[in-house]
Amino acid sequence: MYWDFEWTFQVMPDLLRGLGVTVQVTVFGYLIALSLGLLIAVVRRTPVVGAVLHAAMEFIRTTPLVIQLVFVFLLAPSTVSGMTVGIIVIGVHYAAYTAEVYRSGIEGVAKGQWEAARALSLPSHRTWGAIVLPQAIRKVIPALGNYLIAMFKDTPLLIAIGVAELLTQAQRIGSASFRVVEAYTVVGFLFLLVSVPSAILIRRLERRYAAV
Amino acid sequence: MPPSDTPKHEQPQGVGGGPGDQPLIVFDQVVKRFGDLTVLDHLDFSVAPGERVTLIGPSGSGKTTILRLLMTLEKVTEGVIWVDGEPYSHMRRGSHLSPASEGYLRQRRKRVGMVFQQFNLFPNMTVRQNIIEAPVHVLGKPKDEANARAAELLEMVGLSDKIDAHPTQLSGGQQQRVAIARALAMSPEILLLDEVTSALDPELVAGVLDVLREIAETTDITMLCVTHEMTFARDVSHRVLMFDQGRIAEEGPPEQIFGDPREERTKSFLSSVLDNGH
Amino acid sequence: MDFLIQRLPLYLDGAWVTVQLTLGGSALAFVLAMFFGTMGTIRHWLPRAVATVYVEVFRGIAALVLMFWMAFALPQLSGFQLDDRFAAILALGLNVGAYGAEVVRSSINAVPRAQVEAAVALNFSWSQRMRLVVLPQAWAQMLPTFGNLVIELMKATAVVFLIGVVDLTAVAQQMRQSTGETVIAFVGAFVLYYLIAQVLILGMRLLERRANRKLGRTSPGGAGPLALLRPPAVDTRTGAGK
Repeated sequence: MYWDFEWTFQVMPDLLRGLGVTVQVTVFGYLIALSLGLLIAVVRRTPVVGAVLHAAMEFIRTTPLVIQLVFVFLLAPSTVSGMTVGIIVIGVHYAAYTAEVYRSGIEGVAKGQWEAARALSLPSHRTWGAIVLPQAIRKVIPALGNYLIAMFKDTPLLIAIGVAELLTQAQRIGSASFRVVEAYTVVGFLFLLVSVPSAILIRRLERRYAAV
Repeated sequence: MPPSDTPKHEQPQGVGGGPGDQPLIVFDQVVKRFGDLTVLDHLDFSVAPGERVTLIGPSGSGKTTILRLLMTLEKVTEGVIWVDGEPYSHMRRGSHLSPASEGYLRQRRKRVGMVFQQFNLFPNMTVRQNIIEAPVHVLGKPKDEANARAAELLEMVGLSDKIDAHPTQLSGGQQQRVAIARALAMSPEILLLDEVTSALDPELVAGVLDVLREIAETTDITMLCVTHEMTFARDVSHRVLMFDQGRIAEEGPPEQIFGDPREERTKSFLSSVLDNGH
Repeated sequence: MDFLIQRLPLYLDGAWVTVQLTLGGSALAFVLAMFFGTMGTIRHWLPRAVATVYVEVFRGIAALVLMFWMAFALPQLSGFQLDDRFAAILALGLNVGAYGAEVVRSSINAVPRAQVEAAVALNFSWSQRMRLVVLPQAWAQMLPTFGNLVIELMKATAVVFLIGVVDLTAVAQQMRQSTGETVIAFVGAFVLYYLIAQVLILGMRLLERRANRKLGRTSPGGAGPLALLRPPAVDTRTGAGK
């Protein structure tokens, strides 16, 4: 057994293309998670719809992402690509988490802020948009960042629905030429290359926001 | 919600003691309970336009609740609050009154402003943004006009140089003066002051009280003021209400309440406050 | 309904594999978390560096990538074929253990300094201090997050069908292939996953209560049987385990 550097070098473009897909899924999925999570966190405060949403989010959080992916992929019309299914399912799954993050941020806004807004008769879109959410979101930026990294690390699950992300590419290339050690090791390093610096960045953010 | 006997659809006359004309604010048999705790117990009183009323009494006697009811931060349990001859805590529905909807409250409470013990400035906005937020987005004033008014008000409270500062960069006293300017920017007819100096370091209290004295002297805003600053209360208010256990124990002009209190409860309250160095 | 009742034994077989993987992975993760977590609190730089490297590496690599490496690369590298289930447990344990180590480290560091000083004043050795004073207090603080990690680990087991282990997700897919009924086939698995999660939550809650009782406190979740069923709060600070 030896490490074939030449081969590794040759397949790098293919692997990097896989990494590109991974990044795309992460970015678009995260956009869904950020916006849908916020919407859920706000709507959750209404009585009936809120309780239903809460139960749904609870269910999403206690069942595995990969089976959710496969399930939706099988039900989706064949015109919808695996990539689209992947982005939507990952986005919704993570929205169930970000919604809780936003909620904790919203609950952390002092009661006096709501009362001051009410005393000034501000309409609710200003109370939320100009006062509560800016304060709430600022507090939870590091936590939201942690979920971005977590989401990135969940993208290999898309191999289950045949999306050509990093791990899928590695599997294809590796098994075609019997060089799985190189293929999977490189994938592992690529993951470290992205997630370790981002984790350090998030910790900086945490310290900065904790100081305020 | 209020039982059927409460909402008479006419404002009760002859309660309270304004100077002659129709009272601006009327509390008619108002009850406020939090769970088992009765904070206001069938309270009747009224305030005349332009009158400045100070509410004193031990903590938990219901003073602050009165302000919070007027600001619609709480709902009455029973009884009706009237403002300007129209129901305030309730709305007319045909010939009887029903609890006010959120939309109705939003319309009615525009004429009421409040300054809080903890200032409650918006930390994510500058001083200027804090002041123009409501005039622009509630009254629909053009930005230029709101900005000009903000500058005027900041000059009055002595903070012209802080217009672009953030609240966190200000002292407590300065924050409270900004909060007063913010409330005045809405040109309220009724101003509610909820222990506005209680959270301040002693050396910062005077600056805030001076601003309030000036407002009292130069405007005819109706003021309801909960405070432990007895000198200020004596100087500024027309009438003092002494609260105890959700009821008015004694009321009268400040000279009488502070100089010649008749009720035992008032005497012991005043001596306890004065002993504490207020 | 008949569909599921008839095939229940097959689903239960799959669920049993899921439970085995969850328990195995959790046991390994726990040992690693305690070991490297405690190591991360030692003052000397070397053990701390080792702990940091473990945490960053195994947290940084996606669990599934780790699993593929164990299942496919390792046999080529060493000529030794791990049992697929064992490879799965190893990958999950290493991954979740890294998250757990961070929890252990920060919980130990959160024990008030005065407690450690009191133990020093009693002339306790480092291991006595840990065993008798620090860990019992840190333990109560670790448990809620451990609860989240166990649920995340249980969910993470669902990828093992990709390396050929027949777990609950694999059974759902087999059922679908043999009957063509996608919705029913998957609903069976979803419900079982949900139930397994509830049992795990209940178990972790009981542990939490016991730990808090030993410290003379009530669990933060409150007393009473209903509080036992309350779902674990999402870790809104660190997103631990996710």
